[in-house]
Amino acid sequence: MTAQIHESIVIRFSGDSGDGMQLTGTQFSNTSAVMGNDIATFPDYPSEIRAPQGTIAGVSGFQVHFGSTEIFTPGDDVDMLVAMNPAALKANLEALKIGGHIIVNIDAFNKVNLSKAGYENNPLETGELSKYTVIHAPITSQTIAALADVEIDNKSKDRCKNFYALGLTYFFYNRNLETTIAWIEDKFKKNKLMIDANILALKAGRNFAETSEVIVSTYSVPAAVIAPGTYRQINGNQATAWGLIKAAESAGLELFLGSYPITPATDILHELAKQKQLGVKTFQAEDEIAGICSAIGASCAGDLGVTTSSGPGIALKCEAIGLAISYEIPLVIVNVQRGGPSTGLPTKTEQADLNQALYGRNGEAPIVVVAASRPSNCFHMAYEASRIALEHMTPVMLLTDGYIANGTEPWKLPDLDVEYPAIKTRMIVAENENPETTKWTQRDEKTLARKWIVPGMKGFEYQIGGLEKDILKGNVSHNPLNHQKMSDLREKKIALVAENIPLQTLEGEDSGDLLVVSWGGTYGSVLMAVKRLQQKGIKVSHMHMHYIYPMPKNVGDIFSKFKKIIVPELNKGQLKDLINAKYPVQATGFSKMQGLSFKISELEEAFYNALKEGKLL
Amino acid sequence: MSEQVIEYKKKDFTNDTEVRWCPGCGDYSILSSLQLALTKVGKKKEEIVCVSGIGCSSRFPYYMGTYGFHTIHGRAPAVASGIKLANPDLSLWIITGDGDGMSIGGNHLIHAMRRNIDFNILLFNNEIYGLTKGQYSPTTEKGTVTKSSPYGSIDRPFNTGKLAIGSGVTFLAKTIDTDPKHMMEMMVKADQHKGTSFLEIYQNCVIFNDKVHDVYTSRTTRDDNCLYLEHGKPMIFGKEKDKGIRLNNFALEVVQLGDGISENDLLVHDKHNEILAYQLLNYSNPPHFPMAIGEIFEKQDAIYNEDMVAQIEAVKKKKGPSTFKDLLYSGDTWKV
Repeated sequence: MTAQIHESIVIRFSGDSGDGMQLTGTQFSNTSAVMGNDIATFPDYPSEIRAPQGTIAGVSGFQVHFGSTEIFTPGDDVDMLVAMNPAALKANLEALKIGGHIIVNIDAFNKVNLSKAGYENNPLETGELSKYTVIHAPITSQTIAALADVEIDNKSKDRCKNFYALGLTYFFYNRNLETTIAWIEDKFKKNKLMIDANILALKAGRNFAETSEVIVSTYSVPAAVIAPGTYRQINGNQATAWGLIKAAESAGLELFLGSYPITPATDILHELAKQKQLGVKTFQAEDEIAGICSAIGASCAGDLGVTTSSGPGIALKCEAIGLAISYEIPLVIVNVQRGGPSTGLPTKTEQADLNQALYGRNGEAPIVVVAASRPSNCFHMAYEASRIALEHMTPVMLLTDGYIANGTEPWKLPDLDVEYPAIKTRMIVAENENPETTKWTQRDEKTLARKWIVPGMKGFEYQIGGLEKDILKGNVSHNPLNHQKMSDLREKKIALVAENIPLQTLEGEDSGDLLVVSWGGTYGSVLMAVKRLQQKGIKVSHMHMHYIYPMPKNVGDIFSKFKKIIVPELNKGQLKDLINAKYPVQATGFSKMQGLSFKISELEEAFYNALKEGKLL
Repeated sequence: MSEQVIEYKKKDFTNDTEVRWCPGCGDYSILSSLQLALTKVGKKKEEIVCVSGIGCSSRFPYYMGTYGFHTIHGRAPAVASGIKLANPDLSLWIITGDGDGMSIGGNHLIHAMRRNIDFNILLFNNEIYGLTKGQYSPTTEKGTVTKSSPYGSIDRPFNTGKLAIGSGVTFLAKTIDTDPKHMMEMMVKADQHKGTSFLEIYQNCVIFNDKVHDVYTSRTTRDDNCLYLEHGKPMIFGKEKDKGIRLNNFALEVVQLGDGISENDLLVHDKHNEILAYQLLNYSNPPHFPMAIGEIFEKQDAIYNEDMVAQIEAVKKKKGPSTFKDLLYSGDTWKV
């Protein structure tokens, strides 16, 4: 049997939330990464911790996209679906390509499970799956049979069935077993029986596939051409946490996180709470407001203050963001966006909090807004958010989203000294300054950022509050002209950040028929769609924005060189509106509000239609 | 902390900002008492920080010569928590009122006391919203006519001390704005206590709730209506020191000394006795039962900011010195 060679494959593991599908997917992903493929993954889990077993609501999935070229997204359409029960089949069938493969655990297709999934008849028997290649595998019974001689109870044996399923897919896609075996041996090093059981299950699955002839051909995805370096898998939330740690280290500050648990941002709190050996302070506050207020307090006292949340939590923090603006202190606010409004779709992705980030405060209250584009980029943007906050004495909002926060990809580890050098903060060295002449109200000429003076510095005592301040002395002032000056100053201070961020880059020619503008976690899908059109000879370029407010200085020039601008967003056109308000252009939007990221194919179609409407085709 | 004790004068804790409370406001004597108390606590001025929320009382930090942060409504304990955790060497004074601390900021107040972060909370209780010009607050007596309760408030008030004890506070004291000496003593004790100190000050709002505390704060009636508690001393009160508190079948009762009742029959204050503290807070209801003031309750317990430092140090020691680079290359990595 020879293997068919593919450029990339999308596989989705799906089962009950207790079936271990996240683990199975992670193992497949790690093995493929070590074998030299580029990867992107995305977990899809229910918002209930333990939804009723066997139901659609309880289905948990993990998608892996691996390839021999650079992979930008977890993939649109699925090539192979592993369905551990009828509910998993039903919930995921729509995502499967016509002609795709399904591995089903036939042991789980009994009357009870079929009925829980809402099937009147067994879909394996009705012919409704005739458009797909279905591989019938008795996963549960074969796992238990394979472990007959292992002295563990049947329940524990049953729980090894995900490794059996993994073994099947390893044969199918010519993966080797070493990485997973090494992982099992490390994970269960205190329990020899579980090592044996899981390895036996893994091998049994692989052997079943090889010998049973249910699989007629296998597939191979050659190693990708990947830049040399050291790599690791990382998801967006972990990368965000690490970027914050690195920024604090580069600035010579201690990192303080004030946070309240909220999906899908909580993993940043988890990750930072683990890193106490690096001096990270995490404060699980009593609520979202205390989360940000404690971070403001920490910044006032000389730490790098950070708060992390998602949309509903950010809504609660708005008044405090205004205080940080009024104080002019460094503060990083991370919003891992999810579907809204209100509680909305906690585990689903959306990018509809841009307006909240830009405008969600009382008064004229500008802050810097930046956004990460992919899981590993969260590291860079968390560092950048911190750098800007510290160099400009301002709150900075970093927007990520559920899609990149939970998605993983291999990350080429950066050269820290070169790419993430020291950050020079505005904090004074008290010993070198004269309290008579050095005041917190004094500003840097270039940035207008004030001096950072913190309690403990002798002779510099000052009082500050949320009341309007005299522009020179800093004391409370209700003077009308002073308020005008302070409002102008706060606006200009943020505008000047544009001098301290990279110029906007483009993927493609710097002029043409269509410019596609995107931001945030849609980067991969938009880029792939643009590349496909470019390959067809269409004059389209991609401008992905990491710095949204203020925008890079050259954005207006870029806009002027294209005949048409389209802005695809997982909202109702928030960046599009901002662009149309700020620049003399008429960008059109392409909106999707389904809790899901864009499919490359739907973007390609949208861009194509935009060109047709503009009579550019 | 401080290598040498620095001699400060009250003037060192003032600044040149014009104080803008209403003439006759109880806040003036509190400001003066704290400025005086700070000359006696032995802390360096630059390490003292005043943090407030919003309200009349919360203007306080603007009038102090120390570092001062006027924050947003109700959030002073949360901001102060961050300041203390960023720099545990600092000595913090949280200034709040009955609206700021008990209503909009109630959540932060109880959680600050539960964590037992080492800072001082001064509650200026005038039983009214002053800055918004006269609405009932969570400590206003039921039935009080205010601008927002023209037919009398139907809200039941908090018993602030019981709330504090229920929240796990480790230092609880009360004082009155008409007795600056006692107030200052309580401030010094609050500062000496390790952990969260909660000092409630009965303060008069001369405009919107004038004389609400008069029975137990006016110079003419306070001695007969205040029970000045002292640890280890019998509970005696009254202008003539002729009244006392006795325990009678789990109930506290006011007794007249003489006529067969002597000091030996009276309760002796034990500030470490939480049940007794709770009883005193329950009974305080002048003129029927004197208002318990002074150091009502005190205990030593784990302090959040110390535990945070200790935990970080323990992990550092266990895992050895490390940098971000170590983390970056830890766990599963592979080379291409």
